[in-house]
Amino acid sequence: MSCVGIVIVSHSPKVAEGAADMVRQMVGPEVPLAWCGGDPAGNLGTSVERILEAIEKAWSEAGVAILVDLGGAETNSEMAVEMLPEDRQGKVVVCNAPIVEGAVIAATEASGGSALDIVQRTAEELSPQ
Amino acid sequence: MTNSVELRQKLVSAVLQVVEQHAEELTSLDQAIGDGDHGINMKRGFEAVAADAASLTSKPWPEFLKGVGMTLVMKVGGASGPLFGTLFMTLGKELPPEPTSADLVKAFRAAIVAVQGRGKAEPGQKTMLDVLVPVAEQLEGGNLDLGALVAKGHAAAEATIPIKAIRGRASFLGDRSIGHMDPGARSSALLIEAVADVLKEVA
Repeated sequence: MSCVGIVIVSHSPKVAEGAADMVRQMVGPEVPLAWCGGDPAGNLGTSVERILEAIEKAWSEAGVAILVDLGGAETNSEMAVEMLPEDRQGKVVVCNAPIVEGAVIAATEASGGSALDIVQRTAEELSPQ
Repeated sequence: MTNSVELRQKLVSAVLQVVEQHAEELTSLDQAIGDGDHGINMKRGFEAVAADAASLTSKPWPEFLKGVGMTLVMKVGGASGPLFGTLFMTLGKELPPEPTSADLVKAFRAAIVAVQGRGKAEPGQKTMLDVLVPVAEQLEGGNLDLGALVAKGHAAAEATIPIKAIRGRASFLGDRSIGHMDPGARSSALLIEAVADVLKEVA
């Protein structure tokens, strides 16, 4: 069984790339990983188009967990999930977790072969309930 | 049929024009309580719609509106993309090819419900809903007068000034969000005005 993939979506490409670097240092190449940041014009923001590309890049049959920073990243990620082909929609979740810590802990959990719901829950345990 | 193509073209131009005219104002409202990109984002979105106008406006109303919504989703690059995109996409989904005013009133409500779900917001939280909902209520109450709708939209946008933001980036500011108009409420009121002005001409 393949590992759950991780997608990092930040308003800032630097934050997204930096968080991805930290993830890569923690887990090996068995965890599919992709990041995106910045709006379609290259300013701070998020883009549904790029989120869809990142999901494609990090795609795994085990599913994909998305980590986001601020509101627009969440809204755009949810929109992107709804635009996926139907058979993929149920396999992608947006985690309610801090982006950097959430990405690292989710990837660590994923690298152990955990299922998508466990990966999501582990990341979300970081958020105040 | 030619008429409705023309009408769609006029709507696209009018909406782009109002967004361009007010881009700086929307951005400065957003700088006060958000991340300062609302004007530029809306402008980019509706410029993309205008760039694709020839193809979009040749389609019947449902496909036209869905296409406008999809363009906004893909091109805006802020939370307003999915929010306004969902509004237009749902209007497209709900409307028949030759809509009556009753169809419009019904579809407008459905679109608001969809936006509410997308933004996980309720009216009264200092968002675009605080303009859309009162306008929908006025329509549902049977008042289809366009001038009255525009006035309602602007009054409702003004009424967001004393509200404390609960959703969106402005909510980080807590009490400090009080005293500023919500940028999404303002842009919603402006879009309603632009659409109403075009409809007045053809009515």
